[in-house]
Amino acid sequence: MANTQNPDMTPGLVNAYEPGEHPDWPAPSSVKGPVHWIKTNLFGSVTNTLLTLLTIYLLYKIIPAMVDWMFIDAAYTGTSRKDCEAQAGGACWAFIGTRLQLFIYGFYPEAERWRVNLTAILLFVALAPVLYDNVPHRGKALIFTVLYPLIAGVLLVGGIFGLEYVATDQFGGLMLNVIIGVTGIAFSLPIGICLALGRQSHLPVLRIVCIAFIEFIRGVPLITLLFVAAVMLSYFVPPGTNFDLLVRMLIMVTLFASGYMAEVIRGGLQAIPKGQYEAADSMGLKYWQSMRLIVLPQALKIAIPGIVNTFIALYKDTTLVIVIGRLDILGIGRSSLADSKWQGLSTEVYVFVAIFFFISCFLMSRYSLYLEKKLHTGH
Amino acid sequence: MTTTVDQGSATAQGEPNVLLKLWRNKETRSVIIQIVTMALLFAFFAYIINNAVLNLQALGKTFSFDFLQEPASYDINQTLIEYTSRSTHARAMLVGILNTALVAFCGVILATVLGFVLGVIRLSNNWLASRIVYVFIEFTRNVPVLLHILLIHGIMVHFLPLPKQAISVGDALFLSNRGVYAPRPEFLDGFGFTVAAFGIAVIAAVIFRRWARKVQEETGKIYPVFLICTGVIIGLPLIVFLISGSPLVWELPKMGRFNLQGGVMMLPEFLALWLALSFYTSAFIAEIVRSGIMAINKGQWEAAGALGIRRNRVLQLVIIPQALRVIIPPLASQYLNLTKNSSLAIAIGYMDIVATIGGITLMQTGKEMETMIIVLLIYLSFSLVISAFMNWYNKRIALVER
Repeated sequence: MANTQNPDMTPGLVNAYEPGEHPDWPAPSSVKGPVHWIKTNLFGSVTNTLLTLLTIYLLYKIIPAMVDWMFIDAAYTGTSRKDCEAQAGGACWAFIGTRLQLFIYGFYPEAERWRVNLTAILLFVALAPVLYDNVPHRGKALIFTVLYPLIAGVLLVGGIFGLEYVATDQFGGLMLNVIIGVTGIAFSLPIGICLALGRQSHLPVLRIVCIAFIEFIRGVPLITLLFVAAVMLSYFVPPGTNFDLLVRMLIMVTLFASGYMAEVIRGGLQAIPKGQYEAADSMGLKYWQSMRLIVLPQALKIAIPGIVNTFIALYKDTTLVIVIGRLDILGIGRSSLADSKWQGLSTEVYVFVAIFFFISCFLMSRYSLYLEKKLHTGH
Repeated sequence: MTTTVDQGSATAQGEPNVLLKLWRNKETRSVIIQIVTMALLFAFFAYIINNAVLNLQALGKTFSFDFLQEPASYDINQTLIEYTSRSTHARAMLVGILNTALVAFCGVILATVLGFVLGVIRLSNNWLASRIVYVFIEFTRNVPVLLHILLIHGIMVHFLPLPKQAISVGDALFLSNRGVYAPRPEFLDGFGFTVAAFGIAVIAAVIFRRWARKVQEETGKIYPVFLICTGVIIGLPLIVFLISGSPLVWELPKMGRFNLQGGVMMLPEFLALWLALSFYTSAFIAEIVRSGIMAINKGQWEAAGALGIRRNRVLQLVIIPQALRVIIPPLASQYLNLTKNSSLAIAIGYMDIVATIGGITLMQTGKEMETMIIVLLIYLSFSLVISAFMNWYNKRIALVER
């Protein structure tokens, strides 16, 4: 605190008075209260005061207008844009309301949507043992987690066990974002670990191959890889074979994420002191044993914030599938603007999707902070 | 199993197999693993290339880059170099590369400036300002960049008026939903003197800066380098400009019959992409700057304070040089991200490299393999150039240790 200093402060004087009682001294910094707080935090100096006034002016300009548009002047019911405009001059949320199902399920057949719901519920069941340690029967639950992608695939696509077949081009909306995000992260983690270990390997050939792969992936934008998936990948499979665009997309997204994952994990590996490797060697552990039992658990713990960040980035990047014509939640929003009844409402759609992404990504980043604190066992 | 091959140790372990013995040895095992990796890799590439050849044959296609010399026969709405629809695909590719470079360059500059300002405000002890910036940062970086681009583009196209009712700023700048019109400078004879004066001023400033640094290192005397340099770089050309008779006129945009005419026009696509990429990246840069400054030990502030150095000087002489070491490496990857994200231009129709050669050329010629390879290589070289430059800069400012 700048204003607690006093030029003639001497030890004798300090003892002569109770704290805060000396007549010439300003109140000690422990004095609290709204006025004191405002003084130090908002009007501490000239620049500070200017900054405060500027911020208040900005807020005054932005907040009322935004609240007006979003809530007060907004229309919540109606069946067309005209209905909304007849009611109020602000946002037309009725549009979002009527399309909510489409935003979530895309073009998935209405009668089969329980399968999507079930898959979503099972996702949380599968995630629970990963996210929390104190889940009962954690070991068995983790087996379910490993099997989950297979179960989800069968449930969503169907075609066996009496489930009706649903073509993957009917997948869309939020479920598409979640499918791509979850698949990307689930498969990129093991691939990323292998790449990171390969990059640190003593074997030159392995090392060069891994470095080349990682640098290539990180050097090109995801949408070019999606283009490759859409137009080029089918050239590389034997003539006559044809595999699904969604699968091709998932492969590319997974490879993309694993390039970034590898670098995050490499950071974790580099943070492990050399002594840990040496200790593992001196115990007579083989390479994979020492990695599995000693190095990787520590490295992954360090890398957790980075892993969650990679996942958030990947989840946001799932919106890019619209450039190859797949309609995720953003794509559905954009395509429904073509409806003549609702034309020109793009701002509402984008604001809605933005708020949705903000909430989900923000929660994930909070979770990573919580995890970081929980796992912080250092000194 | 013959006893003749067995060595003592092998028999002791009961493993007479030669291969297994090689596998047990650390050196030979690493050679085996590498040979197998190479073999698998070659087999994989041979397999997919063979497939590609067969597939192309089946479709009657060839693999060649000849199409680059053929006329492109499509228009590009923003070109930095001369281009008509009769130009070649190679020319269209070049236009695309330049457009990507332009938006990346402008984006990097705006994002850096904005990011540093936001990062510093975030650290200021003004509670209100720091909270506002916090909200901005959290919102911006938790929303997909594609959404930012579409949102800003949508607002520009829907909320700005038609060119006829364009909002004018001082009758020089016009905002409309077809683009932003700014005055265009027109250089008359004699402007060359001003350019020359500017060049001389820059060289003088660089020399002065070196000299001032040397003086500072030897005597500790600090000149107001920034003020003097800025003064010289602005003042000298200004004086020459006025003496030579102000050989510069501004061509103002004027209202034509249907549209605004004259001046420099910036497409809403370019502006939306530029602003969205800059905002998005600045949120990340702000956090990098904040963590960089926070990484500097508080003792450094206190030590400098104890020497009686003023706060601004401490920041300039002690904190920022050290913080830069923490800031530069992640900053480099943000620049790379911004450049790669500029590929999202295709969503709003800005003609960058993905839209020209990877989009229209691909559709017209059907050369998927060739065009995609070109696009991937171009992005790779962009990335290499940026990271090489940032590595060079990083090395320059890195801590010199024993």
